[in-house]
Amino acid sequence: MLIINCPYCGPRPELEFSYAGQAHVARPADPAATGDDEWTAYLYLRTNTRGVHAERWRHARGCARFFNALRDTTTDRFVATYRSGEAPPAIATEAAP
Amino acid sequence: MTGQRTTRGGRIDRTRPVSFTFDGRSYQGFAGDTLASALLAQGVRLFGRSFKYHRPRGLLAAGTEEPNALVTVIRDAARRTPNLQATQIEIYEGLVAESQNRWPSLGFDLNAVNGLLSPLLTSGFYYKTFMWPRFAWHRWYEPVIRAAAGPAHAPRVPDPDRYAQRFAHCDVLVVGAGPAGLAAALAAAATGARVILCDEQAEPGGSLLDEPAATIDERPAARWIEEALATLGAQPNVTLLRRTTAFGYFPHNMVGLVECLTDHLAAPAASAPRERLWQVRAREVVLATGAIERPLVFPGNDRPGVMLASAARTYLHRFGVRVGSRIAVIAGCDEAYAAALDLHAAGASIAIVADVRAAATGEGVQAARAAGLPVAERATVLGTAGGRGIRSVTLGTVARDGTIGKGDTVDCDTVLMSGGYTPSVHLFSQSRGKLRWDAEIQAFVPGASAERERSAGACRGVDGLEVVLTDGAQAGAAAAGDAGYAGTAPRYRVIARDFSRRGAPGALAQPGIEPPAKAFVDFQSDVTTRDLVLAAREGFESIEHVKRYTTTGMASDQGKTSGMNALAFVAEGLDRTPPQVGLTTFRMPYTPVTFGSFAGYDRGDLFDPVRTTPTHAWALTNGAVFEDVGLWKRARYFPRPGEDMHAAVARECLAVRSGCGVFDASTLGKIEVVGADAAQFLSRLYVNNFANLAVGRARYGVLLREDGFVYDDGVIARLADDRFHVTTTTGGAARVFGMMEDYLQTEWPDLETWLTSTTEQWSVIAVQGPRARDVLAGLVEDVDLSPGALPHMSVARGRICGVPMLLFRVSFTGELGFEINVPADYGQAVWEAVYAAGKSHGITPYGTETMHVLRAEKGYIIVGQETDGTATPDDAGLNWAIGKTKPDFVGKRSLERPAIKAPGRKQLVGLLTVDPATVLEEGAQVVATPGQSPPMQLIGHVTSSYASAVLGRSIALAMVADGRARTGQTLYVPMPGGDVPVQVTSPVFYDAEGARLHG
Repeated sequence: MLIINCPYCGPRPELEFSYAGQAHVARPADPAATGDDEWTAYLYLRTNTRGVHAERWRHARGCARFFNALRDTTTDRFVATYRSGEAPPAIATEAAP
Repeated sequence: MTGQRTTRGGRIDRTRPVSFTFDGRSYQGFAGDTLASALLAQGVRLFGRSFKYHRPRGLLAAGTEEPNALVTVIRDAARRTPNLQATQIEIYEGLVAESQNRWPSLGFDLNAVNGLLSPLLTSGFYYKTFMWPRFAWHRWYEPVIRAAAGPAHAPRVPDPDRYAQRFAHCDVLVVGAGPAGLAAALAAAATGARVILCDEQAEPGGSLLDEPAATIDERPAARWIEEALATLGAQPNVTLLRRTTAFGYFPHNMVGLVECLTDHLAAPAASAPRERLWQVRAREVVLATGAIERPLVFPGNDRPGVMLASAARTYLHRFGVRVGSRIAVIAGCDEAYAAALDLHAAGASIAIVADVRAAATGEGVQAARAAGLPVAERATVLGTAGGRGIRSVTLGTVARDGTIGKGDTVDCDTVLMSGGYTPSVHLFSQSRGKLRWDAEIQAFVPGASAERERSAGACRGVDGLEVVLTDGAQAGAAAAGDAGYAGTAPRYRVIARDFSRRGAPGALAQPGIEPPAKAFVDFQSDVTTRDLVLAAREGFESIEHVKRYTTTGMASDQGKTSGMNALAFVAEGLDRTPPQVGLTTFRMPYTPVTFGSFAGYDRGDLFDPVRTTPTHAWALTNGAVFEDVGLWKRARYFPRPGEDMHAAVARECLAVRSGCGVFDASTLGKIEVVGADAAQFLSRLYVNNFANLAVGRARYGVLLREDGFVYDDGVIARLADDRFHVTTTTGGAARVFGMMEDYLQTEWPDLETWLTSTTEQWSVIAVQGPRARDVLAGLVEDVDLSPGALPHMSVARGRICGVPMLLFRVSFTGELGFEINVPADYGQAVWEAVYAAGKSHGITPYGTETMHVLRAEKGYIIVGQETDGTATPDDAGLNWAIGKTKPDFVGKRSLERPAIKAPGRKQLVGLLTVDPATVLEEGAQVVATPGQSPPMQLIGHVTSSYASAVLGRSIALAMVADGRARTGQTLYVPMPGGDVPVQVTSPVFYDAEGARLHG
C-alpha cells in the first residue's frame, strides 16, 4: 500500500485516496466555440505515459480535496504532489522521458 | 531400521508425550515435535504421493521449503485444513492428520499407474495428449484428470474461525529470528527504536538451533538464544512475533505478516482468533530470511529416505530424531559433512560420503576424514533402489575428462544430500529490489534496494556464524540509525565450525543426456530433468516460459527447493549463464496464506455496513419486506396476511391513487449548496437554469456528464437566495457530491459556493395521494397547504408535531404529494404521527416496489434503469428540462456532437402488450419484425415492466431506436415462448394531462 503525500494533510496511506484521472486536462473556456475534434479530444483522449505521469488524486477519505501528483508509471512511485491550479514542479520536466 | 528417537538431546520435552493420529493410526510424540519429526521418530517415512505420478514420497526438508509432506489436518467438518506441511505442524494432544493425493491408501495408490504412463505426462502434456476428439476434453479427459489431480479437498461448510487484523508501525522490522535476525533485532532495540521481530517458526533461533556445539560469547548457542529472547522480551520497544510469516513485501515498506495463533493448540478458546494479519509499516526493514538448502538432482532422488542434509541435522538437534541408521551422504558442498559428522556422532553408520564437487576440499572434508568416515571423491549418483523407502544408492565416478564410470552400489536406509544453499531473496525481490548474480557463490543475491531495506546474513549470501552475527548486528544498528536512532553493532566472540555452504546448482553429471530413471528437479510439481530438456528442445528458452510449460516452481512451495536447480540446468543445456536465462519473478505470498486472514473481520454482518432509514424499526414491526439498495435496507412492500408481492403492491398502488400512501424516501441523496454563487454553480452544472428559480420554489434537475449522457436527476429547491437543497438518486448521492466537489475545486474554484452532504440529516416522509393534504392539515404548523400558497414544485419551512420541518410539494407518483423533511432523529415519531392522522383517510404505507410502479405509470424515469450511461436528455425524453437560454452547462457541448444528433438513437417510449395480462421481462430485447432467428436485428430493450393495478393491465417502458417516431407501431419482444407483440405508446400511461398532480 502506497503512502501518498496529500499537499494539505501530509503523508497518508493509499486507502484514504481515490484516483481521478489525468491532470491538467482543462475544460475549454468556451465549449460552444470548441470544434468537434478538439472537444472530443478533451472528452476522451488521454496520454498513456510510460514514465512520469501527471494525474489527479483526491484525498477522499480525508480532507476531500483534489490535488495533482506526478507518478512514475513504471515504478508506481510518486515523484511529487501539488495543489490543484499549481504548475507541476520542475522535477517533472527533468524526470519525464 | 529407519528414523529413531535419540535418548537425549533435541529441544523436545520427553516428559510430555503427545498422542495423535495419522491416516487413522495412533502415534505418540513429544511436546515440541512437529508432525514430521514425531512420525519420523516412529519410523514413518512415507508421507504422501507425488502430484502427477503418485510416487511415494517422504520428507525432503524440515522447514517451510518442504515440497512433499503435505497433509490435511482435521478438527471437525468445518475445520479441515488441506495442504499443510507436516514440517510446520506442531503436534497437540488429539491431532488428526491425513495424507493426501492417494487412493485408496497411502501405501497402495491406484493412481501410481500414472508412473507407467509417464511418457504421456511430459511437459505440456495437457496441450498435446488430450486434443482429440474435440468434445472429449470436457466429457472425458478433464473430469478424469480433475478427479485424479488436486492434492486435497477444502471443507464444504463455512469457516467457523475468527481471523483478526491489525495495523502496526515500527522503526525497524526484522524478518527472521535466526542468528542474523536476532543480532539485528538486539542491535536495533538497544538504540531505543521500536522493533518488530517476526519468525515463521514456533521457536526463534533459525539455523542456530541446529548448532548445539557452537558458542557465542562463551555461551552455548541455545543459551545465547534464550538470553537474546529474554533481552528482547524485557524491552517495551520490542514486539516479538513467533509463528509469524512475513508473506508479502508491499510498496513504501509495508510488509504483510500472518501470525498463527491457535493451530498449535489442542483446545483453542472458542473466542480466540485463529490467525492475525499484520500490516506493518516500517521505517526500515531488515531481511534476515536465511537460505534454503538445494537438493541434488540425480535419478531416483525422490525416494522416501532421500533428504536434505541440513534437515537431518534439524531433526537430530531440535527434535532428537536420528533420521536413519545407515546413511549415505551426497556432498555438493562442504557443509554436507556436518550432517555426516553429527549423525555419526549420534550413532548412525555413515556408509559413504560421496563428494560430487570437482574438488573435495574444505574443513568439513578434513573433519570427516579425521573422524574416519569413508569419503569418495569426484563422485556422481547414477540411481537409487527401493520401494516405499530407499535401499541403496548407485554411485558413479567422474573422470578428469568428464567420462562417467560406474561406481559402487551402497546399501543404505537414508541418503542425505546437499547441493549448497540458495539465499532466500523472495521478500527482497518482492520489494522490487534488483537481484545480482554472484558467480562466485553461484547464487542470486540482493543488489540495489528499491525500499528502505537491507538484507543480512545468509539471505544475502553471507556464510559462517561469526560473519552472519556481525552482519546482522550491523544491519540492525544501521537500520535503527537510518530511522533516527544512533547505536553501535556489538561484535560477537564465536566458536563454531565453519563449513562452507557453497555449491553448484544444476543436475549431477550423467552418462547420457537423459538419465534412465526420473531425476526430479521440482518435487512438488513432479518436474524432471527430462521435462526441462524437452522444453528447451521445443524452444522454451526463457525461464519464464520454461516455468509455465513444465510447471516447475508453480506448486504451492513456489519452487523454494527447485528454482535454482531448474535455472542452472536449463542454462547449462543452453550453454548460457543463469542470469542470461533469467529468474522467475517472486510474488507474494512466501508461503500460502489463508483466505480467512485476508478477509479478517470483513465477513458476515461486518462484510458491509448496513444503512437503515429512521423508520426502519417501524417498517420491521409492520411486516415490511426489505430490499437492498446499495447499502440501504429499504422497505419494498408491506404485505398483509396472505398477500404475495403482487397483491400487496396492487393494493398499495390503488391506495395511493384513490386515497393516501406514506413512503420513506429518506435514502434520497441530499446536498445543501450554499453561497453567493450557489445559483450560478448549479446552473453551470445542471441542464436547468436556477438563476430564475424563486425562493420557495423547486425544479426537477437533470445532471449530465461532460460527455452529454444523463448522470443523475433530482429535485432542487431554493431555500434562500444563497441556499439550495439538492436531492439526488439514492445510488448517486456519493458520486454526485464527488462530481460537484470536483468542478467546484478544480474548474471553478473562484465560485463562492460550499457543499454539504445532508443525506443522513433529514428523514423524508412522502405523503402521496388525493387525500394527502387532508392528512397533513391537522399536523403542519406555519405552512399554508393550499394549492395557491404551496403549488406543485414548491417548498416551505414550518413545523410538524413541534419539530422543524422543510415541506416539499413534490410528487414521484403523479398524485398530489408532499415530502416532509424533518431532522432524522424525529423521523419515526413524525412518521407515526402522520400514520395515526392518516388512519381516517385510509393512509397506507408503501414500499419501493409500489413507488416504482406508480412512477412508471407516469413515465417518470429512474436514472440507471431507463438510462444506462449512454442516454442523452433527448433520448430519455427530458429535453424540456434544459435551460434553452443558457450558454453552457456540463455536457451541453457534447449534445452538439454529430453522433448525438444522428438519427437512430434509442428513445424512451411506452410499450403496451397486445395481451394486457402479459408482463414483459425487464431487459428483454425489442425487434421490428417477428419470426427472426438469431442473430436478430435488435432495435431496443425493455427497461421497466409492471402490472398496473389502476390501469388493469401491464405497462412497460423501453428504449427503442427512433422510438418516438414509431408511436402506434407494433413491435415484438422475442421470448423463449415466442414473439410477444407490443404497441409503441407514449411513456405516460396515466393522467397524461397532469390534472391529479396539481390538485
